[in-house]
Amino acid sequence: MKTVTVRYFAAFRDAAGVGSESVASNADTLRALFQECAKRHDALFEEQAALVAVNDQMADWEAGFASADEVLFFPPVAGG
Amino acid sequence: MSFAIASDRIDLERFRESLEDHRCGGVVFFEGRVRDHNDGRGVERLEYEVYRPLACSEGERVIAEARERWAFHRAACIHREGTLELGDMAVIVGVAAAHRDEAFKAARYIIDEIKVRLPIWKREHYLDGERSWVNCERCAHHGHQHSHA
Repeated sequence: MKTVTVRYFAAFRDAAGVGSESVASNADTLRALFQECAKRHDALFEEQAALVAVNDQMADWEAGFASADEVLFFPPVAGG
Repeated sequence: MSFAIASDRIDLERFRESLEDHRCGGVVFFEGRVRDHNDGRGVERLEYEVYRPLACSEGERVIAEARERWAFHRAACIHREGTLELGDMAVIVGVAAAHRDEAFKAARYIIDEIKVRLPIWKREHYLDGERSWVNCERCAHHGHQHSHA
């Protein structure tokens, strides 16, 4: 079991009702972790068009993660 | 630093000065402003939420990528965060090059990449009192119908 800090931004934060939380997970990939988090909040999270970062570096959905990582889930961005 | 996030009004004069360079004969600016409508709805104001650590590092990376592709001397970009009113400047990109072609191309690349890669979110406040997070840019790739100029 890995324990990570998960942070939600913008629409994801509104959907989750929290900005961050500690999550214990056996997921192998960031995608699987995201899906667990979505289930946990019964919220309309879709990773399509969303971005993920780990410890302030942009990451790939298929990448793994380690205990104590800070995982950032970004809903579709809309700068400019 | 050529990329910055501003929580207050962007100082256009200072921005222009940062691009002064006598080697440059062509300077292109792109200014993005708050528009009074989106998707057929009247917009009253909007908010930008920015995750600064990554917005700044990605913003610098985008400018560095442009520099590898086109020969310009200076480039800079400032993006706002916080609450903006109609007509406010939301983002400005400026590129100064010896000739206009490189400046136009690099400016176009920088604004296009910044819109889809940086962790910046826009929440529109509509005339009818509702508000919602906007996610136009990549939605287009997933078949959603959004009109976005």
